[in-house]
Amino acid sequence: MSGAAALLDRLRERFGDAAVEAVEFRGETTVFVPAELILEALGALREAVEGELLLTDLTAVDRHPAEPRFEVVYLLTALGAPVRIRMKVRLPGELPSVASVTPLWSGANWLEREVFDMFGVRFVGHPDPGRILLPDDWEGHPLRKDYPLTEEPVEFVGHTPKVPSEIIPQVTPRPMRGGDASG
Amino acid sequence: MHRHLEEPPRPGHQGTEVLTINMGPQHPATHGVLRLILDLEGEVIVGTKPVVGYLHTGFEKQMETRTYHQNIVFPARIEYLATFIEEMAYVQAVEKLVGITAPERAQVVRVILAELSRIASHLVWLGSGALDVQVTSVFIYAFQDREEILDVFEMVSGQRMMHSYYRIGGLASDLPDGFEERVRRLMERLPGRLDEYEALLTDNLLWRGRTEGVAVLSARDALGYGCTGPILRGSGVNYDVRKAFPYSGYDRYEFDVPLGKNGDAFDRYLIRLEEMRQSRRIILQALGGLPGGPVLVDDRKVALPPRSELVTSMEAVIHQFKLVSEGLRPPAGEVYAAVESPRGEKGYYIVSDGGNRPARVRVRSATFNNLQALPVMIFHGYIADVVVAIASLDIILGDVDR
Repeated sequence: MSGAAALLDRLRERFGDAAVEAVEFRGETTVFVPAELILEALGALREAVEGELLLTDLTAVDRHPAEPRFEVVYLLTALGAPVRIRMKVRLPGELPSVASVTPLWSGANWLEREVFDMFGVRFVGHPDPGRILLPDDWEGHPLRKDYPLTEEPVEFVGHTPKVPSEIIPQVTPRPMRGGDASG
Repeated sequence: MHRHLEEPPRPGHQGTEVLTINMGPQHPATHGVLRLILDLEGEVIVGTKPVVGYLHTGFEKQMETRTYHQNIVFPARIEYLATFIEEMAYVQAVEKLVGITAPERAQVVRVILAELSRIASHLVWLGSGALDVQVTSVFIYAFQDREEILDVFEMVSGQRMMHSYYRIGGLASDLPDGFEERVRRLMERLPGRLDEYEALLTDNLLWRGRTEGVAVLSARDALGYGCTGPILRGSGVNYDVRKAFPYSGYDRYEFDVPLGKNGDAFDRYLIRLEEMRQSRRIILQALGGLPGGPVLVDDRKVALPPRSELVTSMEAVIHQFKLVSEGLRPPAGEVYAAVESPRGEKGYYIVSDGGNRPARVRVRSATFNNLQALPVMIFHGYIADVVVAIASLDIILGDVDR
């Protein structure tokens, strides 16, 4: 944990307290930085860690209908003294785009293509933009919250297509550990 | 002559034409449905474009529509060779999110089953990898050994592959009688069998000729592409999730992490063989220190009450009903939990909004990142070595495409 805290301090020194917002949950540190600073922030982090910094994962979260809607998540692992830190940028729902981090890690190539494929977030400066898992002529971005999960149409008689996302009712969030047994 | 990216491909520089050919998606050596578009200059590869996605089934989207318990069935279907390790990755992520830990006994049992899974998965790799270069006998032997491990899995969970034996907070049931003797018997036989494979392959001139110096990946490239597991360690980088971020009590066991020197297919082969021996060490230690006690947490908001309680306690019935119909509700937040799978770091990143279904589940797949390094590995190599390179990556297309 101390490792992540030290890295956070280095980021704050460099970009100022206002730009770097940190959240801690279950011993994991998440750092929000402004989208236009992402390349610089990741570069600074790479210099600050001991040994190598691995881009373990790059993905996105859709907070629909909240705004800013998208979060692009960079999960980083420092190998020297093992520590994990998660960096995030927030992007608007309209034309979300952020700088590509392929100059820092060539492995970001496919990961960013997958985020574009699934969420429609554009990566500026990506060497090979486009879809990766879905066919090139696919319409829409399936992991967006407003993209429904439905059945493929079938030609059986009397078949009513169901929407799997409606089979289990969504329960409104509330604290898990209430005192009552019915919780 | 295997290549470096500093030297750019020069189409037709040997006075020959560049020929583009298509390999796959239906090809026996691609271990699934992988398509490669290869640019060839004679027999030499000057460009590779992998095309993935043929097995994309939208697991991540599906997991958003089901409760945390219902999602336990998915991990083993995403990556179907190291099933117990996959389930462990998901279950541990949810446990972290909820803020509980599984009982001691459950943790040790998970380690035993995970290491057995690792051996089974490496045996499939060994067999099919050898088959790719026409060493048929190893394929038969390795699958025979794997089958015996799957018999143990069936004994434990009732299923050879899609177990769904783990629960959030522990295990579905305790180990069956006779489990320990059976695993010990398997472990007694394993070193002899591994020596036999080594005799068939390590001392085999043809095998060495096909793997040594083939599909070389430098440590720098491996790190840049986010490779993990035997691919990264084959290039000499010491990173094993079990050592770096110990989970399920892995810090209590003594085991070594084998590293390669040259980063070629032969090094990866040696590493996987050694990993099987180390897995055996862990299993024997775990069996020796298998504690008693419950295998599921005693938290009624997370785990189902035991069946015996349902006939005596109204509260137990309510808990059962609530957990089955609505599922558990972790606090809002997000966690990432990873395990060391036979192919590298397998992680689940789960975002909860406080509801009964995850807001986002991201499967961090080791093979997706590892496969990205393929074009660098085979650049300026021979087309015949592509098969060896793919085999040495140990890809599972279900895991790549999710």
